[in-house]
Amino acid sequence: MIGYFFKRLAGAIPTLLIIITATFFLMRAAPGGPFDQEQTLPPEIVANLQSAYGLDQPIWTQYGRYLGSLLHGDFGPSFKYKDFTVTELIAQGFPVTLELGVIAILLALLIGIPLGIYAALRHNLAADHASMSVAVIGIAVPSFVVLPFLGLVFGIKLHWLPVAGWEPDSLRYLVLPVIALALPPLAYIARMTRGSLLEVMRSDFIRTARAKGLPLHSIVLTHALRPALLPVAGYLVPAVAAIMTGSLVVESIAGLPGIGRYLVQGALNRDYTLVLGMVIIYSTLLIGMGLLVDLLYVWLDPRVRQQ
Amino acid sequence: MSGFWQDATERLRANPTAVAALLLMSLVMLLSIVGPWFSPNSAEALDWTQVASSPGLQHAHWFGTDRLGRDLFVRTLAGTRVSLAIGLVATLVSLVVGISYGAIAGYVGGRTDHLMMRLIEILSGLPLIFFVIFLTVIFGRGPALLFFTIGAIGWLTMARIVRGQTLSIRQREFIEAAIASGAGTPRIIVKHVIPNLIGPVIVYATLTVPQIILFESFLSFLGLGIQEPRASLGTLIAAGAGEMEAAPWILLVPGGVLAALLLCLNIFGDGLRDALDVKER
Repeated sequence: MIGYFFKRLAGAIPTLLIIITATFFLMRAAPGGPFDQEQTLPPEIVANLQSAYGLDQPIWTQYGRYLGSLLHGDFGPSFKYKDFTVTELIAQGFPVTLELGVIAILLALLIGIPLGIYAALRHNLAADHASMSVAVIGIAVPSFVVLPFLGLVFGIKLHWLPVAGWEPDSLRYLVLPVIALALPPLAYIARMTRGSLLEVMRSDFIRTARAKGLPLHSIVLTHALRPALLPVAGYLVPAVAAIMTGSLVVESIAGLPGIGRYLVQGALNRDYTLVLGMVIIYSTLLIGMGLLVDLLYVWLDPRVRQQ
Repeated sequence: MSGFWQDATERLRANPTAVAALLLMSLVMLLSIVGPWFSPNSAEALDWTQVASSPGLQHAHWFGTDRLGRDLFVRTLAGTRVSLAIGLVATLVSLVVGISYGAIAGYVGGRTDHLMMRLIEILSGLPLIFFVIFLTVIFGRGPALLFFTIGAIGWLTMARIVRGQTLSIRQREFIEAAIASGAGTPRIIVKHVIPNLIGPVIVYATLTVPQIILFESFLSFLGLGIQEPRASLGTLIAAGAGEMEAAPWILLVPGGVLAALLLCLNIFGDGLRDALDVKER
């Protein structure tokens, strides 16, 4: 079990290295550079800047140097935000993005799973149809439509919550973005939980449990739920990816100072190190989530333990 | 085979929500193609007498105008057409790539399969947005590129589904018969494997279209997709989100159309899945 975990962990490192390498060379293959501005700089200054950042070196040397500094936990200097290193930029913004994302995914799980169970137990009744119709809406309507709409209703019309902005340690500003961000995965989780619980409830061991005369809540909670949650666990990685992608727009609409803006801005500005830093953060999170899901599988499905 | 399709059509007809979704979806598609001809306004004409005017019947712009006085109804329809076109073409790209890749991996099997699936695993490990951002950054922004890049990433799941189906098709007797009668691998894949994939492929393709439309709007919203003065639903929503306080209809008209379109596509796709009895995964 522990051996298996470390094997997966070791397998993640080449994946990450491939991602870093592909990003590094793709960014460099893009036309333009970080010092292209509206007013063209004199060539001497550009040459000086390039040598200051090591951009005049052969690309393989730059690649080697970059990997070397990464091993020391240094993401390098940002080309556009001249007074900051990439590490500093990420350290400033990442807590906000992380808070937003973690609350959103927890909300999606804590509401989505019970909603799915409820719908499954009310199979083909009005409550089932109603909650699943709402779920389709949640899946279909994107967060960048939901958030402005929520802002319009709860911010501008009702004055309950701020439409946009940010204050440290104040959750008020996170309420609407979190709802907008959590809604699609919440709906998806509810639908998956319902579908797989219905399937599990039809299996033989549940019939046995029923035949023993167990009450419904104990059949569902102690017998059916664990196997029914397997596909939900599998969905966690795409859910995290969806929330990351969603937070790119949600942060910009809600004016949250997270790291979402750096990815697009960095790519457009050819801020090589910033983009690489972002890619590393996001892919590490995703790969880490994948490992966590593997562990979850072991807990949810005893058969995995024996393999 | 025809009996299969008849059964499926009947099951689909018996599902009123799916039929309603199909009708509404067709109406939106039809309107987006022919609608602009019936409006006195054009998508790019500026009406300086009616800047950001609210919806109503008292002037020529029933659904209101945007900040530059452009008719929102016609602009939304034009944007819908662009979004739909991207959704359909990119789905087609992902179909072609995904089916060939998945069928080859699943049919050839062994080391080839392992390698090909490993590549997909690595590609899926990346948030897809990175690819598109890189590709738009490298090749510049434009609708032609959007078709390509979104399709190029949409094939991953398609390839996985096709591979899974192919693995079970490979075990069937008719494949054995084809091998026994001397058909080569490419011929078997094209003539025997791919035609039998059609059910799950249709269902998944129907569900891919809304995903791609959503993704395109997302990119356009970030300013990486369709560029002014052309519009897609994403650019219109982005413009509307900025005007929400003063002129909410600039957001609500394209936002409502996008939501309705995605909703219909999803409901129809679900109905199709039930009708064709395709198991997820």
